[in-house]
Amino acid sequence: MVEIRWHSRAGQGAVTGAKGLGDVVSTTGKQVQAFALYGSAKRGAAMQAYNRIDDEQIITHEKFMLPDFVLVIDPALAFTDNITMNDKASTKYIITTHLSKDELISGLPELQDKKDRVFVVDCMQISLDTIGRAIPNTPMLGAFVKVSGMFELDYFLDKMKKVLSKFPQKIIDSNMQAITRAYNEVK
Amino acid sequence: MALKYDLQEVEVWDGNYAAAHALRQAQVDVVAAYPITPSTAIVESYGQFVADGYVDGEFVMVESEHAAMSSCVGAAAAGGRVATATSSQGFALMIEVLYQASGMRLPIVLNVVNRALASPLNVREDHSDMYLGRDAGWIMLDSFNAQETYDLNLCAFRIGEHRDIRLPVMVNQDGFITSHTAQNVRPLSDEDAYKFVGVYEPVDELLDFSKPVTYGAQTEEDWHFEHKARQHKALIDARPVIEDIFAEFEKLTGRKYNRVETYMMEDAEVAIVALGTAVESARVAAKYLRDNEGIKAGVVAPRVIRPFPFDAIRTALEHCKAIGAMDRSSPGGALGMLFNEVSAAVYTTASRPLVTNYIYGLGGRDLTMENIKDIYRELKKNADAGHITTKIQQFVGLRGPKLEFFETRRS
Repeated sequence: MVEIRWHSRAGQGAVTGAKGLGDVVSTTGKQVQAFALYGSAKRGAAMQAYNRIDDEQIITHEKFMLPDFVLVIDPALAFTDNITMNDKASTKYIITTHLSKDELISGLPELQDKKDRVFVVDCMQISLDTIGRAIPNTPMLGAFVKVSGMFELDYFLDKMKKVLSKFPQKIIDSNMQAITRAYNEVK
Repeated sequence: MALKYDLQEVEVWDGNYAAAHALRQAQVDVVAAYPITPSTAIVESYGQFVADGYVDGEFVMVESEHAAMSSCVGAAAAGGRVATATSSQGFALMIEVLYQASGMRLPIVLNVVNRALASPLNVREDHSDMYLGRDAGWIMLDSFNAQETYDLNLCAFRIGEHRDIRLPVMVNQDGFITSHTAQNVRPLSDEDAYKFVGVYEPVDELLDFSKPVTYGAQTEEDWHFEHKARQHKALIDARPVIEDIFAEFEKLTGRKYNRVETYMMEDAEVAIVALGTAVESARVAAKYLRDNEGIKAGVVAPRVIRPFPFDAIRTALEHCKAIGAMDRSSPGGALGMLFNEVSAAVYTTASRPLVTNYIYGLGGRDLTMENIKDIYRELKKNADAGHITTKIQQFVGLRGPKLEFFETRRS
């Protein structure tokens, strides 16, 4: 089972991102779970969303998890949230930031010994440039596709278009650009 | 004519959206609702379906949950297929009318998205609302994931509307863990779903002016007892009808439902009895303990909470040695409901297994895999000792000093 934890602020689209990822993963015949801990959280409050992916039907409903991937879609949460909570020796981190990887890690000593497993991408700037709003969830999906190697980019884009099919063409196109750019820029 | 909805073979739906689609496919005549977290998305999505032309029926916005259930009673008495959804405080406000609906024998389908009751205010999941409704005279079904919420909604119309039953039906799902967790769901096509649910056949409908009838008459000591006894008999007698409808659903989908669901109980020494998503998590823990610690663990869960499956629970549990009855509702100065009802059932067997009570998960407190494994390990100790080695009621996952009550006299 692959487990993913998203660190986000309410309103940044982590739930939509987690559900969108679930939608795409389900088309490969795998079983998925997408959920969040937000309750009555207000816009801007720190929150977490989760994915589970497995070949078998997923019947665990505990909220606790040991994540294989930690996706941080708000730059400040890397500093204020406990993003390494319950991690494993293999947990990979994808963090939204305008900083370089070295600059980021110098400010986050807990990532020092995990350097090889930390990836950075500026989802904020990418979403501002492509979608025109600070909605960092779809760029993060592009970065995740690259880092996880779970899909070919073209396959993911094709399926994501279907997930977004109820939106106007302009929004679909800009999201595709955001995913592609983040896929190419994550490092 | 309602538009057909284009569905994939596998959708990724949460429990709320799954319930909304089931209501749409059943072509409900009237949904009257006052939305409340975490059930909001059921009536929100349903309202969208109505606005987009996927439903021919009416969506009635009302000023409270009391009014919502009152409108449902009126529409059902008038002769329509009726459904709604609620949670927690909203459910509490409906209570008075729930008894009216069952007493008038109106087959309304109510989705209860289980949430804690205030105070303190809390929007997250536990079974306080479910337990509050258990004497209201409704049939109560319980789903453990989004697929089951969808399936049981379709079955609920068939069960409630059956000529020999004619009672309202609740479909419970856990708030957030089911209602807001997207998982793979295999829906039926609109045609197949409607064919299974069937065209609504009204009974004694108020809008049939050729045959005037009275609903909600006053009876006092002369007839009240006979009415309530018939209602109780209808609930108890619903058991084989529910089994028939589940069997028909299995033929259509391959998905099998039972009044009591059992997992690895054939040779189980210890068993957990639970409701909601805890049932599935317990199955994971039971499998783990069998594979890794040699504990013969099993899981038993009432799929049908009312009519209480006294008979089937007993059959499922009488050969195991120790049982943990898990209640996700504040017991309010007593032992938990599942403990009391399960104990009563197994007390009438020759083997009389040892039963203990675990209170967990109030207000959305996580039930972890480790919590469940620890419960099984305690049950194993009870089974080996031949008597209860812990207190009879314990709180699981609670911070602070351990909270536990009552000792056995069967050592």
